[in-house]
Amino acid sequence: MIEYALGFGFVVLGLALALNLWRLLKGPGVTDRILALDTMVINIIGIIVLAGIAGGSGSSFEAALLLAMVGFVGTVAYAKFLLRGDIIE
Amino acid sequence: MSVPLPLAEIIVSSLIVIGGSFALIGSWGLVRLPSLMERLHGPTKATTLGLGGMLLGSVAYFQLVRGEWTTHELLVSVFLFVTAPISANLIAKVHLHRLRLDEASESVGPAGRPAPPTANTDWATHEAPHLGTPGDMAGD
Repeated sequence: MIEYALGFGFVVLGLALALNLWRLLKGPGVTDRILALDTMVINIIGIIVLAGIAGGSGSSFEAALLLAMVGFVGTVAYAKFLLRGDIIE
Repeated sequence: MSVPLPLAEIIVSSLIVIGGSFALIGSWGLVRLPSLMERLHGPTKATTLGLGGMLLGSVAYFQLVRGEWTTHELLVSVFLFVTAPISANLIAKVHLHRLRLDEASESVGPAGRPAPPTANTDWATHEAPHLGTPGDMAGD
């Protein structure tokens, strides 16, 4: 039963990533692209978590935590650059 | 904890399915909604909630099916639930900033353009860090 749920989850998250990619390519604004990248990172964390369940090992969660942190720092850096013209003032 | 295996499988499967559905709904909102301020709602609420559901499903799987107690997922979900509003706030600030600069590519939402600031104040999106706050470099 869990296998079917995992299959559903992988398909749904792949579909969500495709939708995010569409928004990333279409824009229209820079902010839309930042938002799309942020959402893509969250969806990829979801895929890593599901892969961790499917693989039965808890070692993939370090990757998920690292990606969560890097994704957040990246979003903040984009936003700070567009707001102030500099990332670290 | 002694939960019969079929019940554990139902719990884990439903958490994964519910979480995945929320993630898809959030991304669908990102594509479908007409302006950025509305688009922000999908990823920041629905997708984050969906990921929380999947992480809970992972905790439940390792505890109920495999009998191992893991807390990494809780760490990830706490981190995401703390950072999602911050990044959404920053993206909204960039959006307002670019609306003020009349960037044609930014979409104006149903609330219209932001009202101009009152006298003696600057736009919050462009204000320098206040004196005495950690971002204030002039006071050093």
